[in-house]
Amino acid sequence: MSLMETTYWVVGASFVLYIWIAIRSRAGTTQEFYVASKGIHPVANGMATAADWMSAASFISMAGLIGLSYNGYGGSVFLMGWTGGYVILAMLIAPYLRKYGKFTVPEFIGDRYYSDTARVVAVICLIICSVTYVIGQMKGIGVAFSRFLETDYETGLLSGMVIVFFYAVLGGMRGITYTQIAQFCVLIFAYMVPAIFISLQLTGQPIPQLGLGSTLADGTYLLEKLDQTLLDLGFQEYTTSVRGSTLNMAAFTASLMIGTAGLPHVIIRFFTVPTVSAARTSAGWALVFIAILYTTAPAVAAMARLNIIQTLEPQPGQHLAIEERPEWFKNWEQTGLLGIDDKNQDGLIQYSADSQINELVTLDNDILVLANPEIARLPNWVIALVAAGGLAAALSTAAGLLLAISSAISHDLLKRTLLPNISERQELMASRLAMASAVLGAGYLGLNPPGFVAGTVALAFGLAAASLFPALLLGIFCKRVTREGAVLGMLAGIGVTLAYVFQHKGVMFIPDTSFLGDLPANWFFGIEPNAFGVVGAVVNLAVTLTVTRFTAPPPEPVQRLIDDIRVPAATTRI
Amino acid sequence: MPELPESHVRQIYWRKNRRLMLVLGTIWFVVSLGCGVLWVEPLNTVQIGGFKLGFWFAQQGAIYTFIILIFVYARVMARLERQLGLQEPEA
Repeated sequence: MSLMETTYWVVGASFVLYIWIAIRSRAGTTQEFYVASKGIHPVANGMATAADWMSAASFISMAGLIGLSYNGYGGSVFLMGWTGGYVILAMLIAPYLRKYGKFTVPEFIGDRYYSDTARVVAVICLIICSVTYVIGQMKGIGVAFSRFLETDYETGLLSGMVIVFFYAVLGGMRGITYTQIAQFCVLIFAYMVPAIFISLQLTGQPIPQLGLGSTLADGTYLLEKLDQTLLDLGFQEYTTSVRGSTLNMAAFTASLMIGTAGLPHVIIRFFTVPTVSAARTSAGWALVFIAILYTTAPAVAAMARLNIIQTLEPQPGQHLAIEERPEWFKNWEQTGLLGIDDKNQDGLIQYSADSQINELVTLDNDILVLANPEIARLPNWVIALVAAGGLAAALSTAAGLLLAISSAISHDLLKRTLLPNISERQELMASRLAMASAVLGAGYLGLNPPGFVAGTVALAFGLAAASLFPALLLGIFCKRVTREGAVLGMLAGIGVTLAYVFQHKGVMFIPDTSFLGDLPANWFFGIEPNAFGVVGAVVNLAVTLTVTRFTAPPPEPVQRLIDDIRVPAATTRI
Repeated sequence: MPELPESHVRQIYWRKNRRLMLVLGTIWFVVSLGCGVLWVEPLNTVQIGGFKLGFWFAQQGAIYTFIILIFVYARVMARLERQLGLQEPEA
C-alpha cells in the first residue's frame, strides 16, 4: 500500500470512530449539553482535558519551537508555562467553580459580581481569547489535511468542519468529552511511537525522557554533542541560550501559567466531574496525561535537531551534496517547509547561523515533528499515524473552544441576559444553533485568516491571563471586591494587553499600523508582546483593588455565595 | 470536631487550606521560576548524567514536581474534609 493510501485509511478510521461516538452520546438536556450531566469520571475527564488542552500547536509546532526558534533552553517557557498553570487551576480555581456548580465561566463572574455588565464583559473577554485560539486550530486542520492527504487547504478545512459540526452540535459537552478521550489516545500514541524510535536509534534508550540525558553511540552525552555542534555552526549553546532576558523568560512563563488557569474552555472541563474533590484529582490526571507529551517534546526537539544537522553534515566540514539529499528532504521542499539555496554554487548544503553562509534557507518549526518519522526511516503506518494525531489534536481543541464560545452565547447572553424566559428546550435549541454558527464562523475565519498568522495562540493566553484570571481569583479569595472594581479591572487588563500587542504588532495585526515597531528596543523592560499578559494581569489586579476601595461592599447574598463555594459541603445554615 | 459551630469549622478549614496553598505554591514557584529561570546558571554548573541541573528543571523536573503538588493537594484536602465533616455528598 502506498503512503497516501495508508494515510487515508488511518485518518478515515479515526474519523469513523469519532462519528460513531457522536451518535452514541447525543445530548438531550442543557445539563448534558453544557456539562455532560456532571457525570464524567475524574480520570476520563483528565484525559479529555489533556486532549482539549493539547492543540495543533502542542502536537505539531511545540517541539520545533523549542528545538529551532527558541534554540533549546529558551523554549522551556512553553514547557513550564503550559503545565505549571494546572497547579494554579487545581488549587485556586477549579474546585471552587465546580462547587459553584453552574454551567459557564461568565455565569460565575456575573453572579459573583452581581451584575449583568460584568457577565457581558466576561463574555466579550471569553470570545476574544477563544476566537484568537480557534483560528489557529482551524488553520491546523487545513494544513494537516493538505500536507498529508494532498487535498487543497479549503477541502481539508471543510472536512474538519463537518466532523466537528457533527459531534459538537449533536452531543455538546457529552459528545465532545467522549470524542476527546478517543482523540487523546490517538494523539499520544502518534506522538510517542516516533519519539521512542528516534530515542532508540540515537541513544539506545527507549524512554525519550531518559534518552535526552543519555550518551550517543560515540560515548558523548547527547546534549553535550548538540551544544558543541551548534557552537561550531555559530549558534548559541542549546542548553543555555536564554530567550531575550531572564526577566522576559520569567514574564513569558508566568503569562502562560496564569493564562492556562484563566482559559474558559479548560475551566469548564472541570464542571463535568461529580464532586469538588474529583475536580482536584482530575486536574492532577489531566497534568499526568499532558506531561507524557510535554516531557517527551524536549527530547524530540533535541534529537530531531541533532538528526537534521548530522544528515546535512555527517562529519565536521563534510557537507551533504544537494544531488544526494534524501527522498524525504525533497518531499518536504515541495510543501515549502524546507528550502535550500546553493549560495556559493559548490553543490553542497552548508547549514550555519550566519545568514550569509547558511544555505538551508527555510527550516520550518513544524518539520521537527512532521518529518521525524521519515528522518528516522520509520514505516509508512507511523507517518500516517502522525497525520491522524495532528488532526486529533486540532479537532479536540477546536471542539472545546467552540463549546466555550457557544455556551457563553446561548447561556450567558440569551438565557441569563436577553431572554430569561426561554424554556429548557428552547435553550437547548439555541445552544445547538450557537454551536453551529460558531463552527461556521471559525471555518470562515480559517478560510480567510485576518492579517495575523502565527503567534496567535500564545497571545490568547496573555489575554486570558490579563482579563478573566484576576476576576476569578479575586472573586473567590477576596470577598470585599466589588462589581465596579471587577468590570473596570477586566477592561483595563485586556485593554492594556491588547494595546501593547497592537502597538508592536500593528492594530488588528496589520503591520503598517504598528506605531512603535516590532523592535526589542521599544519593549517595556524587554518583555516581548506574547509575554505581556502577566503585566496586564497586574494592571487588572491593581485597578480592581483600587476601585474596590472606593465602592460599596458586595451585598449579603454574594458574601454568602463566596462562603458557600469555598467549602465542598452543602451549606446547612441559611 | 462536632462540638464546634459549623461556621467555626469552616473558618478552620479555610485557614488550613490557605496555609497548604502557601506551602505548595512556594514549592511551585521554586522549581519553575526559581530553579528553571532565576537560578538556572548556578544550577547548570551541577551535572547529573547528561543533564545540566538547571536545564533539567526547566525542561523536565518542574513538570514532574507540578504533578506531585496537585496530587498532594488533592489528598491532603480530601483528608481535611473528612476530618472536619465537610465533604460533599456524592452526587
